[in-house]
Order: sequence, then structure tokens, then C-alpha cells
Amino acid sequence: MTLALLLAKAPSALDPKGPAARDLAHVFWLMVGIATVIYVVTMGLFVFGLFRKGERPTRFTDHAFIVAGGLVVPSAVVLLLAVVTIHTTHRLTRSEPNALQVEVTGYQYWWAVKYPAQRAVTANEIHIPVGEPVDITLTSVDVNHSFWVPELAGKVDLIPGKTNLIHIRADHPGTYRGLCAEFCGLQHAHMDFLVIADPPGLFRTWVADQAGDAPTDVAGEALFSRLTCAGCHTVRGTPADGTFGPDLTHLASRTTLGAVTVPNDREHLAEWVQHAQSLKRGSLMPDVDLSPDQLQAVLAYLEALK
Amino acid sequence: MTTTALPVVDEDVVETAWRDAPGLIGFLTSVDHKRIGVRYIYTAFIFFFVAGLQALVMRVQLAEPDLHVLGPSAYNQLFTMHGTTMIFLFNTPVLAGFGNYLLPLQLGTRDMAFPRLNAFSYWVFLLSGLFMFTSQFMGKAPDGGWFSYVPLTGKTYSPALNIDFWGLGVIFLGISTTVGAVNFIVTVFKMRAPGMTLNRMPVFVWSILVMGFMILFAVPALTVACGLLEMDRKVGTAFYDPLRKGSPLLFQHLFWFWGHPEVYILLVPAIGMIATIVPVFAKARLKAYVWVVTAVVGIGFVSFGLWVHHMFATGLPSQAMGFFSGASLTISIPSGIVIFALIATLWRGTVRWSTPLLYTIGFVSIFVLGGITGVMVAVMPFDWQVHDTYFVVAHFHYVLVGGVLFPIFAALYYWLPKMTGRMLSERLGKWSFWIMFAGFNLGFFPQHILGLLGMPRRIYTYPAGLGWDWLNMLSTVGGFLFGLGTAVSLYNFFWSRARGAPAGPNPWDGDTLEWSLPSPPPHENFAVIPAVSSRHPMWDGVLPAANVEGGGVDAALERQTPITEGMDTVVEDIMQVPEETYVPFLSALGVGIVFVGFLVSQVTVIVVGVVLAAAAVGVWTWRTAEDIR
Repeated sequence: MTLALLLAKAPSALDPKGPAARDLAHVFWLMVGIATVIYVVTMGLFVFGLFRKGERPTRFTDHAFIVAGGLVVPSAVVLLLAVVTIHTTHRLTRSEPNALQVEVTGYQYWWAVKYPAQRAVTANEIHIPVGEPVDITLTSVDVNHSFWVPELAGKVDLIPGKTNLIHIRADHPGTYRGLCAEFCGLQHAHMDFLVIADPPGLFRTWVADQAGDAPTDVAGEALFSRLTCAGCHTVRGTPADGTFGPDLTHLASRTTLGAVTVPNDREHLAEWVQHAQSLKRGSLMPDVDLSPDQLQAVLAYLEALK
Repeated sequence: MTTTALPVVDEDVVETAWRDAPGLIGFLTSVDHKRIGVRYIYTAFIFFFVAGLQALVMRVQLAEPDLHVLGPSAYNQLFTMHGTTMIFLFNTPVLAGFGNYLLPLQLGTRDMAFPRLNAFSYWVFLLSGLFMFTSQFMGKAPDGGWFSYVPLTGKTYSPALNIDFWGLGVIFLGISTTVGAVNFIVTVFKMRAPGMTLNRMPVFVWSILVMGFMILFAVPALTVACGLLEMDRKVGTAFYDPLRKGSPLLFQHLFWFWGHPEVYILLVPAIGMIATIVPVFAKARLKAYVWVVTAVVGIGFVSFGLWVHHMFATGLPSQAMGFFSGASLTISIPSGIVIFALIATLWRGTVRWSTPLLYTIGFVSIFVLGGITGVMVAVMPFDWQVHDTYFVVAHFHYVLVGGVLFPIFAALYYWLPKMTGRMLSERLGKWSFWIMFAGFNLGFFPQHILGLLGMPRRIYTYPAGLGWDWLNMLSTVGGFLFGLGTAVSLYNFFWSRARGAPAGPNPWDGDTLEWSLPSPPPHENFAVIPAVSSRHPMWDGVLPAANVEGGGVDAALERQTPITEGMDTVVEDIMQVPEETYVPFLSALGVGIVFVGFLVSQVTVIVVGVVLAAAAVGVWTWRTAEDIR
């Protein structure tokens, strides 16, 4: 399945796939309804005033008109929306017991993902079990970012020195695009991620796989550790233990590279390793200069990290 | 409606006492509020067209997915400079320019309370604008967004000078805004013509007064925000550094404590313009004057309790944020009162379809929609979806273009004939309006949908296939159409200077005192100060106040003007209007050199600037002492 096919749709807030986004879509449509009535009536009165000629008496006084239109109606709407705000805020910030705990850390320009109880680590892809509540704690190591999966919930910022929390839940299996919504520098545009909602059984298998070390005795491991790669990337179970870049222990199980910049296939992987700065200028990943033999060895190694 | 002209005097004789020196000398030394006001407006409009072109380059880059017209670095610089220029160097100063030009004319006096300070604030505005734009020519323009959040804009993540141009430039410009506000407030309280009590003051004057107070309370927070930022960057303090117990959120609080009132600092004078223009073109008095003035003052107060609604996604405690959500909703009430007072005024009158009126229609129809989406984003949980997306981009362009830019164009078509003495072309004006109106809505309405479809703001490109392509193309086409509409008005301006019909004193049958004067008004404004006995002096009749102290021609010949007591507006003293002088320019230049010194971290440059500024201010103080004697 190619990336294009997987994500050939808008991450639309109005096409909710979870309870939080659904609540917010309802609030939106309620407000659109009220807004339409207010806008049409106000503009109607305005246009009528423009085309009306002469000082004809109207049934009610100017002051009654202004008080009704400027004070009474807006106050009523404001009161209604205040109730909606309190009610919706309460629903969206309510913690559910036994929620799956996930820790997401923002980096320029990618996402580190940890499942502390399951000891699993990955990047730029968050698998969750369908229908189960998930608590995601959010922080950043460098600048501000913002975690947003429009089809599932609203957004919460990742701020260095502060830990924030967001509750999400997906009601249907599927892949949902997440985006960084707070301007974070040169490649803010290429800091997306995927939330993949799997049936619970599939999720448990996945998370157990992600918790394990990399397969051992794979050709290319020694080369990978000897090259600059190991200075930034961790491959658990090998000497590679860098922390500046994403954990690559199970890279081959992921759908995309470079925080949803390109699909994770051999062709793009080769390009990413050699020319990351052309694909995503300003990311920390350098262009790595390899001989053809070395490149094939590294690619074979990375593709074996299932 | 009767119009009583003021007595005819030999203008040439009086004007000799007020005329500036010819050429460059006069340009650098003038303290005439009209010259300064017009200069403010023209300078601000140069920045407007530059920032508009920046926006169009961005729209080209976003017209289709995966374009490479611009790289990420250039794009980030462009959107930062577009926002910074529009807010700091166009909207705020252009409104100050109208205030400078119109306040003494509408109040019936001969200049601002502090004419030299007025010149100083213009020079600081110009120099700070040039300061910030120098970065663009060096390819080192600020690139942290117009609100420049830390830690991204800290030394670690933005080591180059880009952000310093922004931080120092904003502090520098804040001096201009602040002294301008002081000047407005004192002018309104002390310079009103005899008889112009507070409840007879033109609504535009009220709006400038409220703007002045808002600036005084808001700008210090911005200066502190940028001052701490520059200290972190230049001397290594840790106000915003989370690794050393600093707080990145502190910057957001300080910035928005200015930033939210700033929206209303712009909106309030725009409302003042609209509430002046609508009654003139409806041929009816503004209904519910007291309600409108109260609403404008109310907007001023409430606007200081909203700043956290820019921070709903930062994870502050939701109960605390709820208060700001509620306060944000309530701002719709005074805004609603203003809109309904305008509608009530229209209902009582008969509309004259001139260009200024068309732009007020643009104001009402666009701003009301921007206000409605503003109420939507004030609902905190909904803001969690649309915050930092194109929905918000659309919202604030509806507010700032509909609520501020359309009124500014209305004001231009209304008051430029007073300033230049020439009418603008009605035909071109109407073309300009309709092209701008269509282009604006085509350009910005689709952005609401883009935001709901998940498009975040400030991305320099986007992949194909997300359903964003055609909406972005529409937005780009609309943007260019809007730009074309503004260009038609620019052409109209030059056309009118060459071929416009002479305006005469009162081409629109306006009700305020500026329309009692020839167009353009003589240097002294009023050879004889008017005595006011109505809210609409030109409709109800105005008498000369030749006998009050400082009111007559003899005082005008001595460059004097009356000072009136605050509440009752009786003359209490005479003010000597200062002669033309270099000191405001030199003071501003000195201050500018100080900021350049901070930018390049050179103590010698700072010392040179301080010496120049101190010397100029010294002469200034000495002159002030002489004036008082």
C-alpha cells in the first residue's frame, strides 16, 4: 500500500473518527446554525436600511432596536455558548480509568513515541487500540510544537519544561494524519505523524514487537555502528545508542520516513540516507556519503529491522 | 441644516507666521500636524504595498502542492515580515496618521498639544521601519513569525541577527506609539475648542482617545516581552530558558497582553471612522451616540481580559482558561451595539451611494462575519480544533481587513480630498471597491474550509491529495484580485493629484469642524478659533470665538492657540505653538543609532547615539522652557 493511497484524503475536523472530534464537530455545526441566522438577519436589516428612503417612522424606537440587536440577542447567544463551552470542556478533559499511556516528545522536526508500561519505543507513528481510551502526555526537548490529529481530537501544545496531556480515542480502525500545528522552524511543514488505530489484538502484537530488541546477527550491523549513523540513532540490542534522531530498532515496520515526508520503501530509503537535506532541508539528518556497496549494505540492514 | 462659515480673514498674512521653510529643510523640521499626519499615512501605505506584495509571493508558493518558488527559509521570513509590517508598520501608524491629521481639525485648534513630540514620533516610526526592513535587504529578515515565540526565537535555535532586527525594532517602534498616544490624550483633553464638551466630541475623536489609553496600558507589556527576549539573546539571561528555570510561556503572556488589545487598538479608530462616515452618507445624525461611545470605551476595557484566548492550546488549567473564554464571548456585545447603531442610523436616513459608503458596506458585511468566527474561536474546546490553522488565518483577515482596512479605505476616499484639495474619481473608487470586495472574499473565505480540512498555518508547502489543492488555488486567485483592487485605488490617488476636481471646503456635507476649512486647510488651521455649541457644528451652525483668549487672529499671528479646561471646555490658558525645528529628527536619529548599536553589539555606536539623542533632547528641553516664558 503506497503512502499516497493511504492518505489520499483530508485530515478533516468535520469527518470525526473519535468521540472528542465528534463533540467538536457538533459544536461547530451548532455554531454555524446560529451564525447563519444572525448573519442573515443582521445583513437583511443592514441592506434594508441602505435601500430604505426617507425619514419614515418605524414601529419601535431606535434605542429599543439597538438594545435588542446589540445587547439582548448577543447576550443570549453568549450565555448559550458559555454553557456549551463548559459542558464540552468538561467532557473533553475528563480522564478515563485504564487508559493506555503513551508519551510523545517533540523534536525539530519529528516525534518520539514511548509506551512506558509496554517498554516500546517508536517514532512518527502512534498505534492505538480501536475503541479504547488513550492518554498521551506531551512535552518537547527543543521548541514549541503542537500535537493535532483533526479526525480524532483538538490540539495541545508541546512546550519544553512543561508536560501536557490529551485524551484520544478512535472508534474505527484506520490511519489518521497528525500534524504539528505550532510553527517550529524551517521544516514545520514536514512534521506530520500517523495515528494508526488497530483492532486490540493486532495492537497488542504490534506493541510487543516494538518492545523487543532488533534482530541480531544481521548483515550490515557492524557497518551501521561504525558509520556516523550510530551517533544519533539507537538500534536496541546493538552498540548504536544515539539519541538525537528517531529510534530505528523497528524502522522497517513503519510506513513513512522523515515524519511523513516520503514513503518507507527501498527507493526512498536510499534517497533519504544519501540526500536527506534535499528532501527536508534543515533537518538534523545529514547527507551521508556512501560507496554503492556500503549503501546496499546499509539499506539491507535497515530493511531487516522489522 | 445650516452652515455658518467662519469669518473671512486675510489668510496669507496669518499663514506667513505658520509656513514651513521650503524644500528639504522644511521637510526635516516641520512640526505641522497636517504635514506629519499625511506623511504618516503615505509612509504607512508604502509599507502596506510592500507587505501586500510579500503576501502575493506567498500565495504563489501555496497555489499548488509541492511548489518550489520559495524555500522554507525565504517563506518563513516572508510571513514574519508580512504580519509584522501589516500590524506594526501599516495599520497602527496609518490610524495614528489619521489621528494626527484630523484631531486638531475636528477639535477646532491650531496644532497638537506637543507638536515637536508629534514630529519625533513620526521620525521614530520611519526609522524603526527602515531598521526592520534593512534585515530584508541583508537576507536576514526575522523568521520567527509575527509573534516570535520562544524558545524558537532564542539564541539556541535562532543564533543569527534575524530575530534581533525584530525584537529591537519592535521596542524602537514602541517609543513612537507611546509618545503618540500621550500626545493624542493630552490633545483631546486640553485642546478642544471652547464649548466642545465631552458629549459634543466627534466620535472619531473619542475612538482616538480610547486608542491612546489602550496603547499606554498595552505597549509596556510588549516592550518588556521584547526587552527580556533581547536580554536572553544578547547578555545570556534566562527569562525564557526552560533549562535554567525560565518560562517560555511568560513570553506568550506578555506578548498577548499587548497583542490582544492591539487588535482593538486598530479596530476602535476604524469604528470611529465608520461612525463618522455612515451618518454623513445617510444624511442622518448618528443614532445612540452615547451607546456607541460607551461601547467603544467598553471594548477598550474588555480587550485587556482576553489575551489567554491565544493560548487555549498551551495546557493551562482549563478552569482558569474558561474565564478568558467567557470574557472573549462578551466582546461581541459592544461590537453588536455599534453595528446596530449604524443600522439604526441608516434606517433613519437616505443613503447617498458614494465610494466611502461602499467601503463601509464592506466593513459591515466582512467584519460581522469575522466577529462571528471570533465568537466561534472564543469557545475554548472548538478553538482546540482550529487554533493555528487556516481557519484562524481567515478569521483574523476578516477582522483586520474587513474591520480595519476597509474603514481605512473609506476614510481615504472621505478625507483625502480634504488633505490634497482634489476629489478622487468615483468611477475608479467603485471599481476598486468591488474588485477588493470580490477578491477578498474569494481569497479568504476558502481558508476557513482549509483550516477545518486540517491545514495548519505557516507551512511553506503541502502534499497533493489532501483536498487542499483547489481551495488554495482559489485563495491565490482571490489574493491577486484583491491586490489589483488596491492598485486601482493607488492609481486613483495619482490620477486625483493630477486631474481630480477641486474639492472645495465641504464636498460631502460633513458635520465636523474640518469641513469648515478650505481643502487643503491653511497651515494655522483656524485663523479664528470656532465656538462649538453642538455635536454637529457644520449642520447646526458654528460661531467664531474671536474674543476668547488665544482665539482671535492676533493670537494666530503669534502662533498661539487656546488651552481649555478638561470638562467644561472653557479657555484657561494660551499655548505657544513651537517653531519648526531639527530637534525631533535629531533626537529620533540618536535613538535609532542606539538601537543599531544594540543590534551590532558595539558600545561605541551606542555611546554616539546616546550623546546625539541627549544633546537634541537637551536643546528641546531648553526650547520648551523658553516657550513657557
